[in-house]
Amino acid sequence: MNASVLDITRLRKSFGGLTVIDDVSFSVTRGSRTALIGPNGAGKTTVFNLLTGVYPIDDGRIVLDGQDITTVPANDRVTYGMSRSFQNIRLMPHLSTVENVMLGQHARARSLPSLLFPLGLTPRNKWAREAADALADAGLGTYPGQVVANLPYGVQKRIEVVRAMVSRPKILLLDEPAAGLNQVETAQLQALLERVSASGTTLLVVEHDMHFVRNLCDHVVVLNFGRKIFEGTPAQVNDDPAVREAYLGSDSSMGAAHAS
Amino acid sequence: MSGYLESQLIILCLNVIFAYGIFLPAASGQLNLGAAGFITLGAYSSAWLNASMGGLGLPMFFSIPLAMLFCAFVAFVISFPILRTRGVYMVLATFAFAEVVSGFVINLDFLGGAAGMPVDDHANINVVLPVALGVVLFSFYFMATRLGLTFRSIHDDESVATLFGVNVRSAKVAAFTIGAALTSLGGALYGHHYNYIETQTFNVLLSIYILLYVLLGGTQTAWGPLVGAAFFTAIPELLRQVSKETGEQWIADTRFIFFGAIIVLMMVVRPEGLVTRTMVERLSRRDKGDPPAKTPAAGEVSS
Ligand SMILES: Nc1ncnc2c1ncn2[C@@H]1O[C@H](COP(=O)(O)OP(=O)(O)O)[C@@H](O)[C@H]1O
Ligand SMILES: [Mg+2]
Repeated sequence: MNASVLDITRLRKSFGGLTVIDDVSFSVTRGSRTALIGPNGAGKTTVFNLLTGVYPIDDGRIVLDGQDITTVPANDRVTYGMSRSFQNIRLMPHLSTVENVMLGQHARARSLPSLLFPLGLTPRNKWAREAADALADAGLGTYPGQVVANLPYGVQKRIEVVRAMVSRPKILLLDEPAAGLNQVETAQLQALLERVSASGTTLLVVEHDMHFVRNLCDHVVVLNFGRKIFEGTPAQVNDDPAVREAYLGSDSSMGAAHAS
Repeated sequence: MSGYLESQLIILCLNVIFAYGIFLPAASGQLNLGAAGFITLGAYSSAWLNASMGGLGLPMFFSIPLAMLFCAFVAFVISFPILRTRGVYMVLATFAFAEVVSGFVINLDFLGGAAGMPVDDHANINVVLPVALGVVLFSFYFMATRLGLTFRSIHDDESVATLFGVNVRSAKVAAFTIGAALTSLGGALYGHHYNYIETQTFNVLLSIYILLYVLLGGTQTAWGPLVGAAFFTAIPELLRQVSKETGEQWIADTRFIFFGAIIVLMMVVRPEGLVTRTMVERLSRRDKGDPPAKTPAAGEVSS
């Protein structure tokens, strides 16, 4: 087995002449909890969009667990073992909590018999039970039938993580999962991610909250203006001159976290 | 059953079938104003397959399914250009398709042209009602499947559905095609019930009404088209009856003003349709007498 679960090589992307991702390479070690940080606009979300195939890349290579997925269509990439959450909540507002999580199972249920199985007519079927259990496991067992549009922000944020988890990814990409959560919710999220990680799933987390990053992650990659400027441990990151330079004068929580 | 009630029930059944045919694509976010086109295709192809003179002379129980297959094929083929459009452009594209079908049929002499076409076999209420029930049951089943879940996901957020493995294009083609097959089934039954068809009956006004049933009934659950079609079939008829009973002719004369006002009112009061997902959830929970939710886990705090 390969030591890294994800290898990004010389990734490049520009939007209308503006180079947003410039020659970025890094690998994510299997089983690690890697953070991808950087000031606003550094290109973190774009990296996720390129990995998941939202946009085609201009140049470079993406290898997921030994398989080159650079040109795999977006709707097939999840079947290679990668799923994600979104910086701005992207749950399906008209679906119930359980139904949203069942969408996350889709990659495992794409055969015709699975597609024609009446999930909604048999409430105790294995898919629905699995979804309900996954929610309960994440401390969200309270809202199975509710339409998500009416749920609190922090709850929706965690449902996104559960939805991504039930596709059983090898690597889970989380885009600012703790943003907007209160302390209790952040602690619950961290506990959830610890368990996800303990079960063998690799985490790649974009996060501004450095406290959260230090608690959770064992490896950090820093982007600035679309370039990788640092890679190392959370302990080293604060002392790196290039990183300090990048964050100087930015309103990111990095500065505050540093002081604390 | 009185002849009047029976005739009303037939109209209701046909409207319900039409509505489900437009609902399936609508549930995945497609606005299809081409109902009349598929109704025309279904009615004429079944009539021709069934016609003993100048047609194939197949019994209606073969001609109707064959007509549906034919329409599904046509829908499958045209779905590729049509599904490149979305929103109001899709409305226009499907409308244009229906106009093309109408213009085509009216110029085919072997289908009677502008004079219309008599239809041989008769489908009475004993055929129409069970078929309508079958369509309702099929649609409920279909929307409960994982495929139905993908339709509803596509309706809400196509790109996220894609990232979770949904082949959005195929799902949309399936919704459009299956919907067209159901719509054409309604058209075929229409022909076999009234035993006479002409393209003018299947005009854009019919397409508009059907799309209205669906949008006003609600596209989030399979109840929507049933409630929408029932509601909007009943209201003009009720107003007519009230006028007859009270002898107030003005009510009958102005009933479409009432009707229009009700539509406007509904769009304001219930923009997501009469029946929403939340409403069904609330009602079904009360019916079962279930507690509203499990007790919150310890430490569960939601801001
Ligand atoms: N689809 C797009 N079209 C044009 N520019 C984009 C697009 N997506 C991202 N960008 C630009 O790329 C840069 C990086 O954005 P993003 O990846 O969202 O940053 P981050 O997530 O690190 O805050 C920004 O300047 C943003 O405006
Ligand atoms: Mg971002």
